[in-house]
Amino acid sequence: MSTEYIDLFYLISAVLFIVGLKQMASPRTALQGNMLGSAAMLIAIVVTLLDRRIISFEVIIAGLVVGALVGAIMAYKTPVTAMPQVVAIFNGFGGGASALAVGAALEEALKGGIVESVDIQFTTAAVLSGIIGGVSLTGSGVAFGKLQGLLSEKPLLFPGRHVVNILLLAICIGLGSWLIADPTSSTPFWLLVGFSAVLGLLLVLPIGGADMPVVISLLNAYSGLAAAGHGWVLNNSVLIIAGSLVGAAGFILTAIMSKAMNRSLANVMFAGVGATSASQEAEDDIYAGRVKSASPYEVAMVLDGARRVVIAPGYGMAVAQAQYAVRDLTDALEKRSVEVEFAIHPVAGRMPGHMNVLLAEADIPYPQLKEMDEINPTFRQTDMVIVIGANDVVNPMARDADPSIPIAGMPILDVDQAQTVVVIKRSLSPGFAGIGNPLFAADNTLMLFGDAKQMVTELTAAVNEL
Amino acid sequence: MEAFVAVMTIFVLALFVGFELINKVPPLLHTPLMSGANAISGITLVGTLVTAGAQLTLLTTILGFVAVAMATANVVGGFLVTHRMVSMFHGRRN
Repeated sequence: MSTEYIDLFYLISAVLFIVGLKQMASPRTALQGNMLGSAAMLIAIVVTLLDRRIISFEVIIAGLVVGALVGAIMAYKTPVTAMPQVVAIFNGFGGGASALAVGAALEEALKGGIVESVDIQFTTAAVLSGIIGGVSLTGSGVAFGKLQGLLSEKPLLFPGRHVVNILLLAICIGLGSWLIADPTSSTPFWLLVGFSAVLGLLLVLPIGGADMPVVISLLNAYSGLAAAGHGWVLNNSVLIIAGSLVGAAGFILTAIMSKAMNRSLANVMFAGVGATSASQEAEDDIYAGRVKSASPYEVAMVLDGARRVVIAPGYGMAVAQAQYAVRDLTDALEKRSVEVEFAIHPVAGRMPGHMNVLLAEADIPYPQLKEMDEINPTFRQTDMVIVIGANDVVNPMARDADPSIPIAGMPILDVDQAQTVVVIKRSLSPGFAGIGNPLFAADNTLMLFGDAKQMVTELTAAVNEL
Repeated sequence: MEAFVAVMTIFVLALFVGFELINKVPPLLHTPLMSGANAISGITLVGTLVTAGAQLTLLTTILGFVAVAMATANVVGGFLVTHRMVSMFHGRRN
């Protein structure tokens, strides 16, 4: 097929990507939007396969079959609680593929193959794709390891890491300049990919588990830019357009997540928050005999007569796989004509929107899932808030402007304004930010110590007995 | 230089379209948005196909195969996982 026709089909594909993303804006149209995106991808792939430069299909077909199998198995076999790591690892695949393919294109070009000339546009884009692809491959790998529990969630801080990272980046830029100045050998490119891969490791290892939403969003943005860079190398419009759409999505989500924590991106990436824990003394100061522990039965007694209950879930709900138990509790309460809503903090969980997906999996209708700004004014009229496995996002200390605590100024769910707050938690241990939580010692707070799933199940049974 | 400016134009305009579109997606759908966008970033598959199909040397054949497999996993897995998640959102209890 001639280039003009191919480009026309690429244009159709790009338009479908845009319309598909537009339909992601509402749960009613999102399914169709995703289908349009898949259709756009299929068109782009089929048209590319008709490209006159493709002379052999064996490798392509083998790669497509292997990749499709791996992707489909991972997509259907992973539990919904593990979505953050799945997105992270897919993202790593994308970045890695960009870097390898650009490298292969470079090798071919140096032998006078598929790319006609190795000009400055080609080498510049190859350098960008190589660096970004390398960083997002290993960075996503580390994010996956941390979320899957293969690596410690704690930040791994080593002395002088900033200097080492800057040095690595400088080496990468140096190698890139070498390739651009003297495009006769592929050696600098592969060295550059190697150093970028090390940089990716070192950049993500010092970041704590709870900051992974920001990291995954950022790496997603990078893989979009790598795809766009890849498009520059091949002068391919659909790659550039799709890549920049993804880049924009990643950067917006990154900004939203950082803003929701009142922290700068630099603070998330480089400050190593979460490495230190609160001193025992400070905790004793906060809790000192004021913490009231209750049993599920006692909590059910308080619930008797309640008209409005808000559930505030956090990562602990995902870890305990408690979403179905929470649904049963919701059912039990609604049967007693209690209004139940869910308070979703933007950074609850390990990826943007994590809690929404978990609750949707448990068949809780999405109109009941409320964003922070929407639900905060309603806490004063709420009889009981049940906090399940959340800590920092309900910590009133964030309201103090004391800049020495990591969550200072972070917008929180104002659960402490409710009549009664019940916190389901295993112990008084601090959350990710490593600070105590005065909410646990508040006059209107009852602690329900135990595993989230077990406690919610027992609470449901107690409510049903009322 | 002419080609460079043309490509640059497409890139910058697409970034703007992206910002406008994504800003309208509610937090409710941020996870599917992310996995969907991630699947789209697998568009790099299109580039890998061109390279893998040229098959001039053993090295590029191997590189091409690995790149195609990784990019396909990203695309197929990304769209399927998004489909699975989006199908879970219901306005009313079933």
